[in-house]
Amino acid sequence: MKRKMATTTKPTTVVKCFHCGDECITQLHYDDHTFCCVGCKSVYELLSANNLCSYYNYETAPGATQRNPILPSAFTYLDDEKVQAQLLNYRDAQIAKVTFFIPTMHCSSCIWLLEHLYKLNPQVTLAKVNFLKKELQVNYNPAQTNLRQLVTLLSSIGYEPAISLNDLEKTVKKDESRRLSYQIGVAGFCFGNIMLISFPEYFGLDSFTQGTFSKLFGYINMVLSLPVFLFSAQDYFRAAWSGLKKRFISIDVPLALGILVMFTRSVYEVISGNGIGWFDTHAGLVFFLLIGKWFQQKTFDTLSFERDYKSYFPVAVTVLKDNEEITVPVTALAIGDRITIRNNELIPADSILLNGNASVDFSFVTGESEPVQKVIGEMIYAGGRQKGATIELEVCKKVSQSYLTQLWNNDAFAKENSSHIQSFQQTVSKYFTIALLIIAFGSAAWWFIFNPSLSLNAFTAVLIIACPCALALSSPFALGTAMRILGGNKFYIKSPAVVEQLAHMDTLVFDKTGTLTQPSVSDITFYGQELTICQKQLIASVVSQSIHPLSQKIKSYLHINKLLDVVAFTEITGKGMEAVVNNHQIQIGSKYLVQAIEMNNLATRVYVKIDGQLLGFFEMPQAYRNGLANVLNALAPIYQQYLLSGDNDKEKQSLLPYFKQAANMHFNQAPTDKLKFIQILQKQGKKVVMIGDGLNDAGALKSAQIGISVTENTAHFSPASDVIMDASVFDQLPKYLKFSKQTIRVIHISFVISLIYNIIGLSFAVKGTLSPLIAAVLMPISSVSVIAFTTITTALLAKKGGIQ
Amino acid sequence: MSVMFILIGCSFLLAIGFLIAFIWSVKSGQMDDDYTPSVRILFDDFNEPIAPKNLPQEVKNNKPNKNQYHAN
Repeated sequence: MKRKMATTTKPTTVVKCFHCGDECITQLHYDDHTFCCVGCKSVYELLSANNLCSYYNYETAPGATQRNPILPSAFTYLDDEKVQAQLLNYRDAQIAKVTFFIPTMHCSSCIWLLEHLYKLNPQVTLAKVNFLKKELQVNYNPAQTNLRQLVTLLSSIGYEPAISLNDLEKTVKKDESRRLSYQIGVAGFCFGNIMLISFPEYFGLDSFTQGTFSKLFGYINMVLSLPVFLFSAQDYFRAAWSGLKKRFISIDVPLALGILVMFTRSVYEVISGNGIGWFDTHAGLVFFLLIGKWFQQKTFDTLSFERDYKSYFPVAVTVLKDNEEITVPVTALAIGDRITIRNNELIPADSILLNGNASVDFSFVTGESEPVQKVIGEMIYAGGRQKGATIELEVCKKVSQSYLTQLWNNDAFAKENSSHIQSFQQTVSKYFTIALLIIAFGSAAWWFIFNPSLSLNAFTAVLIIACPCALALSSPFALGTAMRILGGNKFYIKSPAVVEQLAHMDTLVFDKTGTLTQPSVSDITFYGQELTICQKQLIASVVSQSIHPLSQKIKSYLHINKLLDVVAFTEITGKGMEAVVNNHQIQIGSKYLVQAIEMNNLATRVYVKIDGQLLGFFEMPQAYRNGLANVLNALAPIYQQYLLSGDNDKEKQSLLPYFKQAANMHFNQAPTDKLKFIQILQKQGKKVVMIGDGLNDAGALKSAQIGISVTENTAHFSPASDVIMDASVFDQLPKYLKFSKQTIRVIHISFVISLIYNIIGLSFAVKGTLSPLIAAVLMPISSVSVIAFTTITTALLAKKGGIQ
Repeated sequence: MSVMFILIGCSFLLAIGFLIAFIWSVKSGQMDDDYTPSVRILFDDFNEPIAPKNLPQEVKNNKPNKNQYHAN
C-alpha cells in the first residue's frame, strides 16, 4: 500500500476527518484517509500500527477531535503513591484494578477499542466497559506498567479519563440493587413453587387422593415461605418499625402487619392440620411488592445527580517552589502558594494573577460561555478554566474556602432535604392503617359476642385481605412510568418521588445566564462602514481557518464561496486572530485585540481591522432560549416566577414583561445570595422550583424543593439537582409540569380502584368466610390490574399532552 | 402415587439449581450492566494477523483488508 503525506489548504469543499468527523480545515492525508489535525492522524497511525483499524468499521468517524492535545505532563500527579492508593480499587504485587470514568465514550467503536486496550499495552490483563455508566474497568500488572502510563495511553487515543477530586473521596457504596435482585429472585422462586404445590388445593383435587398429599404440601409450602418471610420481606418490617419509632405510620405498617399475620396464621393452620394456609398469597404479595420497589429504583445510570464542585476540580495542581515545578494535591494547597495553570486547566482556588494572559472561561460557574479577560494583579475566582497560554497565580484562599466552594459549607448541604412535602401515599396510608385496625378489632369484637370461634379467624382475615398491595404498587408504577417517559424526552428525574413533588410546586425561580439565555447565538449584524465583496472575501478566508463558534457563524453570515490563501495565521485564544491575505494585514477579534473602546452592552461583538483600519464589528445579541416568551407566559397563571441573576441589571427592561414587576427580578446575586433568596421564599411557605445551570446556582438548586439544572450536553456538566433537563427541551417545560400533575391524578384514581378491591375482600373477611382461594385470586388480580391501569393511563396521558 | 414424592423431590432440585444459577449470575455482576454485552456480542472475533515479529515494519503494519470485517 502506498503512503503519502501532504498538507494542503483546500477549504471550498467540505471534507470530513476520517477519525473524528469534523470538517477538515487543513487536510492531512495518510493511508488514503483525510484527517483534520495531527492529533487525529496520530491516533489513526497508532491504531493502524497495532492492527486495530476495525475501530473505524463499527461506526463512521468514531473518534473525538484531537485538536487540543493534552500535555503528557498533566498526569504526573498519578505517580504519587497516595493518589494511586485512593484511585485503585485493588492492588497487590501482580495485579492492580482501577475503574475510569470516560466521558468521551459514545458508540460501539469506543467499546471495541477500549476493550482491546491490551493490544496497545500488553500489561493490561482485562479491560471491560460499562457503557451506560461510561466506565472502563482495567486490570493491569503494576510491576510492568503504571497508572500514569495507562491514563496517558487512554488520553492519546482520545479517551481521557475524568479524574476529579471527588474520586479521591470514594465512599464504598453498599450495593443495594444486588440485594434487591437476590430478594426478588428468592421471592419469585418460592412464589412459583408454592403456586405449583397449591394447585391441587385450588382445583379441589385433594379429594381424589384422600388428603395423602395435602399435609405434605402444607409443610413444603411452609418451608418455601420461610426465606420469603425472613429474607425477602425483611425490609418491610424494618421500614415499618423505624417509622413507628419516629411516630409515623407509613404504608409499610399495614404491609408488614399483613405479611406477619398471613405467615403466622398459615403456620398455625398447617401445624394444627386445619388447612394449607395462605402461603401462596404471602409469597405472591412479597414478590409483587419487590417488583414495584425494583421499578422505582431504576434510575438513569449515565447521569449523576449528586455532583458538587469536587466532581469538577482537579486532583492535583502544579506548584512553583524554589523555581521548581512540583505536583501538589489540590487539598494540600496553602495560601501563598504559586501555581501554574496551563491551557484548559481549572483554577482550583481564588488567586491573584501574577503572570501571563488570563482568559478565563467561567461557563461551569455562571453558564456564560465567553471567556473573561483578566489583568495582572486581578483576583480570579476558583472554578474558571484558563483558555490560552500558561498563567501563574498566587493562591489567596484555600480550596474549600473560596468564593464559590464555600457555598458547600452552608447548612443546606449538610442535611438531607427535609422540606419535602408528604406524599399522597404517606397521607393516605396513615388513615388507611387506622381504619384497617378499627375494622379488624371491630369484626373480632362482633364475632366474639356472636360466635367466638370465628373471632380470631375474622380478625386475621381482615389484616390479610386488606394488606394494601395494590395501594403500595400504584405510586411506584405511575411515578416510575412518568419518570421514564420524561427521561425519554430529555427531562431526567432523579427518583420517582420527585415527579410527585413537582406536581405540588407553586413558585419558579430562574437563573438567567445559561438558563434563559443560550450560549450559541444566531442573529448576526455588521455595524460600521459597508463591506465590499473583496473585504468580505478577506474576512471569510481568515475566519474559515478557525474552529471557534463565532468564526463559524461569521463565515456562514458572509456567504463567500471563493476563499483566498491565508498566510501567517495566528489564533490568540480568547482574543481573536491575525493573518495576512493578499498582502492585507487582517485582525479579527474582541475589543482587546483591536483596542476598541466598547460601551457596556449585552451583545457579543467581533471587531474587524484591515491594514490597521477599524472597519466595524459583527454583533450577536445575547439570545434568549427558543420559546422563552411562550414558556414564561404559559407558566405565569399557575406559578409565581422570579429571576435570579449573577449579572448586572442591564437586561432588566427586556425581561420585565415576563416577570411582571421589577421586584421579582434580582440581579448581582452571589452564589450564597441565591441560596438565601430561596430560603426566604420557603419561609413564606412557598414551594420552590429552582431552574439553573452553573455551579453558582448549586446552593439554590440544593435548597429549593426541586432543583432543575439545565444543561447543553447531559454528558458534560450539571450541578447536584433533582432534575437534569436538556437545554433543547426548555420550551417543553410547561408540558412536563402539567404532565406531573396529571400523573398524580392517575395515582388518585388507582388508589380508589385498589380501595374497591380491599372493600370486596373485606366483605368476605368480616363475615369470617374468606377462604385462602379467594385471597389467592384477589391478590394477583388487584396487583396486576392496578399496575396495568397506572402504566397504561400514564403513557396515554403523556401522548395526549404532546409528550412522545 | 408414591412416585409423586420422587417427582416432587426432582422438580425441587431442578428449581433450586436455577435459583443458584440466578444468584451466581447476580453475584458475578451479570446484572450490573444490561447494555454493553448486547453491543459486544456483535463484534467480530479479533483476527490476529499472521505476522512474525522479525518481518520488516512495512509488512507488519499493513492495514487489514476492510472487507474482512462486516460492521453493522
